[in-house]
Amino acid sequence: MKKTEPLKWTKKHLLGIEDLSGDEITMILDQAEGFREVLARPIPKVPTLRGKTIANLFCEPSTRTRASFELAAKRLSADTLNITVSSSSFLKGETLKDTARNIEAMQTDMIVIRHSCPGAPHFLAECVKGSVINAGDGPHEHPTQALLDVMTMRQKLGRIKGLNVSIIGDIAHSRVARSNILALTRLGANVTICGPKTMIPAEIEKTGVRVTYKLEEALAKADAVNVLRIQLERQKKGVFPSIREYIKGFGIDKEKLARYAGKKMLILHPGPINRGVELSQDAADSEHSVILNQVTNGVAVRMAVLFLVSQIKGSGKNFK
Amino acid sequence: MKESKEARVMDKEGIKRILRRVSHEIVEKNQGVDNLAVIGIKSRGAFLAERIAENLEKIEGKKVPVGAIDITLYRDDLTEVAEQPVVHSTEVGFDITGMKIVLVDDVLFTGRTVRCALDELIDFGRPANIQLAVLIDRGHRELPIRPDYVGKNLPTGRDEMIEVRIVEVDSDEEVVLVKNSGEKKK
Repeated sequence: MKKTEPLKWTKKHLLGIEDLSGDEITMILDQAEGFREVLARPIPKVPTLRGKTIANLFCEPSTRTRASFELAAKRLSADTLNITVSSSSFLKGETLKDTARNIEAMQTDMIVIRHSCPGAPHFLAECVKGSVINAGDGPHEHPTQALLDVMTMRQKLGRIKGLNVSIIGDIAHSRVARSNILALTRLGANVTICGPKTMIPAEIEKTGVRVTYKLEEALAKADAVNVLRIQLERQKKGVFPSIREYIKGFGIDKEKLARYAGKKMLILHPGPINRGVELSQDAADSEHSVILNQVTNGVAVRMAVLFLVSQIKGSGKNFK
Repeated sequence: MKESKEARVMDKEGIKRILRRVSHEIVEKNQGVDNLAVIGIKSRGAFLAERIAENLEKIEGKKVPVGAIDITLYRDDLTEVAEQPVVHSTEVGFDITGMKIVLVDDVLFTGRTVRCALDELIDFGRPANIQLAVLIDRGHRELPIRPDYVGKNLPTGRDEMIEVRIVEVDSDEEVVLVKNSGEKKK
């Protein structure tokens, strides 16, 4: 049985992994395990956030993250409000600040935001009264994704400290990679990143990761491999010459996995998968894949985040 | 630092005897332990529940399912408590529908914890009935809740506190009455 942690949660917002200590990350993961148990109950719902309203403000497309945040809120009995850009007044030119303040004027307590602009959640946190949770801001951070990735690895492998984790793909443009690197290194994992030279940011070694341009090297000692989605739209911008060349060098398929058969090597992917590009059909559904576990953990992690943030006094209009 | 005085009201043997008596009362009232399960409220109630289940097995020679529930997510005062609540797992590994459930906690005070536990239990299924067993009943109920089995009635003042210490949690085993002089407990 776990003893009560002496650590106290003090963050009103969750803007990025960069603001969290290793202990705080562990605290979220421990709480999330409790919520996984809630999700397995006959009635997977608790009254904890009854009376609170959470607005999901999504200014970029998303299936998983939005559904996951919405379910997490509903499982905690909060009311949710979903605003997506295609059907909102953004199209009429309303500013982010105005939109957010108007939503808040309708007595909401928290805003979950996804935006293509790095720092949008940080900006929002300064202009609204309630809590702000970052659900992905451009290429900057995607903290809840990193948390659910780390949770999945910890669940399957029992620890994070000392694990060899490889992140493969377009590191330079990936918020998932950034948040993952921060979370994993803070918890003491050895992180290797791998991708074509054009997709590896300069001086990335300073974050404490190892860089390789060879997929075999990245796979060789890995306990877990986090495969990033190749943003096909970027190909036009000349980051990589052809998809075929990328698949050849960095796509993971059954042949490349064959030598790891029977070995415990996890394959994670933040979704949505380009089947046949970064992961082949059979690799995505192989014994190594924990992609669906990630999605399940995602709801639990987001419940933990909503729960912890809501404990802070002054985190919403309903709080004294 | 606030000043506080402690007085021991029960020792290890006392707790053991009381749990034994309560276990016998449970058997008597339910005419055996068929279709009966014991569920403790975390953290101390959960350990007391395990001990009661052990006693029941000794008395009747039948295994009794044991569970533990964590009521944190059902509290009505989450934003008011001073210390930060930590969510633990609820462990009820059997279907409670149709069963007689003995809910166990260490101290019965305002009744609010029991209210949470009842709400949570009912989210797990529809038991035939729910009975309440507590080691100490210290009075001051704020809700219409009464125990079915009481280890000891211990009338207290509002400014006093009852601390139940059990080896699994506190590396000691006793019940103490703590008097806070000056500072009032809310």
